[in-house]
Amino acid sequence: MSTPAAVWSWLTTAANWSGENGIGHRLAQHAVLTFACLVLSALIALPIALTLGHLGRGGALAVNLANVGRAVPTFAVLVLLLLTPLGRHGQWPTVIALVLFAVPPLLTNAYVGMREVDQDVVRAARGMGMTGMQLVWRVEAPLALPLVLTGVRIAAVQLVATATLAALVGGGGLGRIITAGFNLASTPQVVAGAVVVAVFALLMEAVFELVQRFAPARARGRPR
Amino acid sequence: MTAPPDDCLARNDWICGDYLSTRRQILLDAVGQHVQLTVVSVGLGLVIAVPLALLARRRRWTVGPVLGITTVLYTIPSLAMFSLLLPVYGLSATLVVVGLALYSLTLLVRNILAGLDGVPAGATEAARGMGYGPMRQLLTVELPLAVPAAMAGLRIATVSAVALTTVGAIVGYGGLGNLIYAGMNSYFKAQVLTASVLCVLIAVAFDLLLLGLERLLTPWRRAGRSPRPARGRRPLTASGRRA
Repeated sequence: MSTPAAVWSWLTTAANWSGENGIGHRLAQHAVLTFACLVLSALIALPIALTLGHLGRGGALAVNLANVGRAVPTFAVLVLLLLTPLGRHGQWPTVIALVLFAVPPLLTNAYVGMREVDQDVVRAARGMGMTGMQLVWRVEAPLALPLVLTGVRIAAVQLVATATLAALVGGGGLGRIITAGFNLASTPQVVAGAVVVAVFALLMEAVFELVQRFAPARARGRPR
Repeated sequence: MTAPPDDCLARNDWICGDYLSTRRQILLDAVGQHVQLTVVSVGLGLVIAVPLALLARRRRWTVGPVLGITTVLYTIPSLAMFSLLLPVYGLSATLVVVGLALYSLTLLVRNILAGLDGVPAGATEAARGMGYGPMRQLLTVELPLAVPAAMAGLRIATVSAVALTTVGAIVGYGGLGNLIYAGMNSYFKAQVLTASVLCVLIAVAFDLLLLGLERLLTPWRRAGRSPRPARGRRPLTASGRRA
């Protein structure tokens, strides 16, 4: 049987969708892990980015964080965390690694968004007697929204990818279908798992594309 | 009965000098494979990206499809990318090289295109006025002026490739990733930490090397006058990274 046909038959076998190792369960794990870590990362990154952006401090840190993060292999961090005492606490090494890699894009984009707000608008708001908090919530944050959303989008797609790698260190999620396929030397299963992962990542990207396209104009920002 | 040796290897310490001295050859081999995989894959990406960018510049309607396809490739997680190539290349170094090259395409095409679009119209008009043919104009005016933006893409692509090479361990060709993978299975802390640190050092070394190369290739930018920012499409220096 040719590979595409074998992959198709693997994907259309009902038994491969049910049970603990089935696509259904792995997909749910992947989605929950991605979503939970996205919320957690946003809760950490956005307050810092809004504060630093408002004060205009720590720009070098916020901008360079993403560049530094790029040089650090995700796989290495996952394994390093697994070998620390944290490794004995179930999903925690995975969650921490995912959050570590999702924070930089969120932080950098939100910070840049805050700094790119037209300074005339900020001065006008100050002239109207707005306090610092009012300035952040009514002027700067709304105007920074497009870049904040871009950061969320990059982080979300990033999280889907990182969560896949978690399978290499024994975490759950769709990557487990691929690693199980490698262990069974089953090329159809490896490819089928990869197809599911790729579709999931592309769907995530597509959802954000649609959200940004149909969002109110002020969430979309100027075309770049 | 002799007591077991009480050295850092036996204690499984994170930092262990004995590990460095006893496994020197293994580490050097892994670094060699890592550097080789990175260089070949980014080189392959560059060889594909330059013609693609030139095509997109010559035939504007191809810009959308070219950027669209490379962006889709960039969205696919690395583990899935390598897995999708398995039926084609089997468990081989070629699989890792092709996968990494496909990743580098997005960054390279986008930045080369941004660089070419940012060439000031005055420069190309002057070249034409001096009687330069299209080829000479491309090679001596447009491509050199596109170097800064292209190099920004090349640096990001190379640093990302160094990090992503580790995932190649899934097919046995991950350079230092192989050591990390083996160290995970045997719970060997010194090996995992040493290999991870070496990965970061290789990435930093490549980044500095390319920065130096960029300086060499763009002597006019050192003349003191601060360069005007390129117009047109913004170079992709955004904070995206792959896993």
